Amino acid sequence: MTVRGGAVLLVLVALGYAIPASAQVAVRADTVHTMAGPAIADGIVLVGADGKIERVGRAADVRVPAGYRTLRARVVTPGLIDAHTVVGLSGMLNQPHDQMQLERSAPLQPELRAVDAYNAREALVEWLRRHGITTLHTGHGPGALISGQTMIVKTRGDEVDEAVVEPMAMIAVTLGDAGLAEGDRAPGTRAKAVALLRGELLKARDYLSKREGPEDKRPARDLRLDALSQVLKKERPLLVTAHRATDIGNALRVAREFDIPIVLDGAAEAYLVTDTIKAAGVPVIVHPTMMRAFGETENLSMETASRLRAAGIPFALQSGYESYVPKTRVVLFEAALAAARGLTPEQALAAVTIDAARILRIEGRVGSLETGKDGDLALFDGDPFEYTSHVTGVVIDGRVVSETPQ
Amino acid sequence: MSLRYAAARAVAVWLALSLSAGPAAAQSSTHAFTNARILSIAGAPIDKGTLVVRDGKIVAVGPAGSVPLPPDAETHDLGGKLVMPGLVDTHSHIGGVAGGDGSAPLQPDVRVLDSLDVRSTGLRRAQAGGLTTVNVMPGSGHLLSGQTLYLKLRGGTTVDDYLIKLADGRVAGGLKMANGTNSIRTSGAGPFPGTRAKSAALVREQFVKALEYRDKVRKAGDDAEKRPARDLGMESLVEVLDGTRTVHFHTHRHDDIITVLRLAREFNFTPVLQHVSEGWKVADEIARSGAGSSVIVIDSPGGKLEAVDLAMTTGAALEKAGALVAFHTDDWITDSRHFLRSAGLAVRAGMSREKALEALTINGARLLKLEDRIGSLAPGKDADFIVLSGDPLSVYTRVEQTWVEGRKVFDLSSPEDHLYAVGGYGATRGETMHADEEEQ
Repeated sequence: MTVRGGAVLLVLVALGYAIPASAQVAVRADTVHTMAGPAIADGIVLVGADGKIERVGRAADVRVPAGYRTLRARVVTPGLIDAHTVVGLSGMLNQPHDQMQLERSAPLQPELRAVDAYNAREALVEWLRRHGITTLHTGHGPGALISGQTMIVKTRGDEVDEAVVEPMAMIAVTLGDAGLAEGDRAPGTRAKAVALLRGELLKARDYLSKREGPEDKRPARDLRLDALSQVLKKERPLLVTAHRATDIGNALRVAREFDIPIVLDGAAEAYLVTDTIKAAGVPVIVHPTMMRAFGETENLSMETASRLRAAGIPFALQSGYESYVPKTRVVLFEAALAAARGLTPEQALAAVTIDAARILRIEGRVGSLETGKDGDLALFDGDPFEYTSHVTGVVIDGRVVSETPQ
Repeated sequence: MSLRYAAARAVAVWLALSLSAGPAAAQSSTHAFTNARILSIAGAPIDKGTLVVRDGKIVAVGPAGSVPLPPDAETHDLGGKLVMPGLVDTHSHIGGVAGGDGSAPLQPDVRVLDSLDVRSTGLRRAQAGGLTTVNVMPGSGHLLSGQTLYLKLRGGTTVDDYLIKLADGRVAGGLKMANGTNSIRTSGAGPFPGTRAKSAALVREQFVKALEYRDKVRKAGDDAEKRPARDLGMESLVEVLDGTRTVHFHTHRHDDIITVLRLAREFNFTPVLQHVSEGWKVADEIARSGAGSSVIVIDSPGGKLEAVDLAMTTGAALEKAGALVAFHTDDWITDSRHFLRSAGLAVRAGMSREKALEALTINGARLLKLEDRIGSLAPGKDADFIVLSGDPLSVYTRVEQTWVEGRKVFDLSSPEDHLYAVGGYGATRGETMHADEEEQ
């Protein structure tokens, strides 16, 4: 931190701002992809001491105030958003002690909070940050009928409290083979899984109405039903991982029955049922473009994203969950391949910035370069999607968090 | 919707039948490819070049005007598209292959040849990725899991259609070995090693036996009475000692890499180091040893303790040290359809463009000792090449055609081939993640 940065921090702390130390930063780039309008040629983004974007415009129109640190790049984009990962709960070592994304003791555990399991210092978080990814939607992964909650973090901070943007984003549900239990435990079939899910939602609906009723008749608090109540109240969506068309149909049917918001995740066979998804008004966080095709993902396509685009269905891209090598994908690379398989580069960039922000309901803070939004930027020395380009700098909340070309 | 599936499947089946009805018969044997940007790898790029192939071999390659077009040639105007040698993948698991079973840690008698499913869609994905030669290997869960197979992706109905015959009549292939954690069983039960030192001891013991076996065979000469009983495993190890079969040694950590080099020195063979995740730490030692490296490029480090220091810079470090470098897919670890990407990411991490392209082609051929036949575009070599829509290191580039020995085996414009290239309904029907999820 510079002396000036330190002084600014002291002033801000004195004023009672609960924000991190931020230098004032100006980024000048040949191309600024604001994602809030056409790209700006030779543009500047100013980030103020509060870590928020002050101004975005053509270099000819924006004066960089004295004392701002100026970074240069060929291309600047909003900090990238990974719309679904387990990184931070899942770690690089792949040993039991750093694999916290899945609790297998019971099929329905919506009370499990992601904030209680996130390691902000995890090496994979840094790996993603160095590749320009500044926001993660992470948490409990696919693999149980209801595996727990997800959250939204910035890829900075030493502890979860510094990183967190939204401590409870969604509740993770897995339909299909991956959500079934082993042996003779329930759920052992798709129909049983849906029956259990409906039963739990019914219980939560009853609980919610009693909790909102007369005080003397209120049931004792139940963390599981509390969590699901938030879905019934439409405060949080279910994040439903479903790959087969059958499972996608099941997800939409349950959503309709209980009038609850859902976000489809993975959706390898989404292209078979675009009409149904479109009619339901449900967004999709598409499987990684380079995801392996086998088992229930055998029919996935590198063109799933472009087919959803053609159908007018909102979608975002994700790194997903990897159980072995590589331990995480990098959503920048997945977007690059999507741009080479049917999306335009601008559409692919939107799928890891503003479109992802909208699905995650954080578009007021991140996803585009606009005055008042968080100062999260990714700097590149060329086309962000080209294999041979580098991420040359990363800024989060106005802090330069990486300058190692990656 | 189910009707639509049925219709789509019927079309796919019809296409499959019509395409497999005899592509060999339908294709002319002399072709001239004109108006192409040619990266021959054997020489400088040619901006507007011509490639002539006849009877499965390259006849001529050079700038337009310098290459006469045979009158009987079927001419293909490529309209400025790029032509380069077919890609050589030095480590793959396509075709559902499996080698040794759980009964022993060293199984040199076992052949991948006897386990390949040529109808696996993995072979089609590999053709879609521009691969023309692939070293298909058993997994790394053994110190020695069996004999590998160098396949030509010609297409065909049996494994014999894919084999490469060597001058001495043998089928081309190597031997798969591994050290580090994959081949160790920490339970301590059974015949598998529990430590690295035990792993090395078991391998040394096996090679000592092979030396003695070879000695007995040599001393017996033509005397059938004195010759030891044939031992299939020993025979393959003797080929290693004689330098006629290459050991492909799975190894990640710097100390494991050095152990491979130590064993190789002791028994006087030149291995190919496979994966070489920490190769960047011992690049000079690798270069000095003369061993080639088959490098994997992975999107992130970790996933297992040995891969925590895996870096995309390994290719660059080995290039700088002067070592021989090729890439591999390790399919399913990375997808054959994205093999060009390995070179792109290696250049991102500091490798030269020239060496990265060699690492996809001629250097792979060198690691398989097939450089006289494949890996570059030169007269007399096999007509294995790919047609690309643009620069091989660009993410936006598509593999449009793959040719093996003068026959087109993949064409992106065909709906069936397009399905294998991008995925979709039925593209990977029945594929499973084999034991080689354990691989890497």
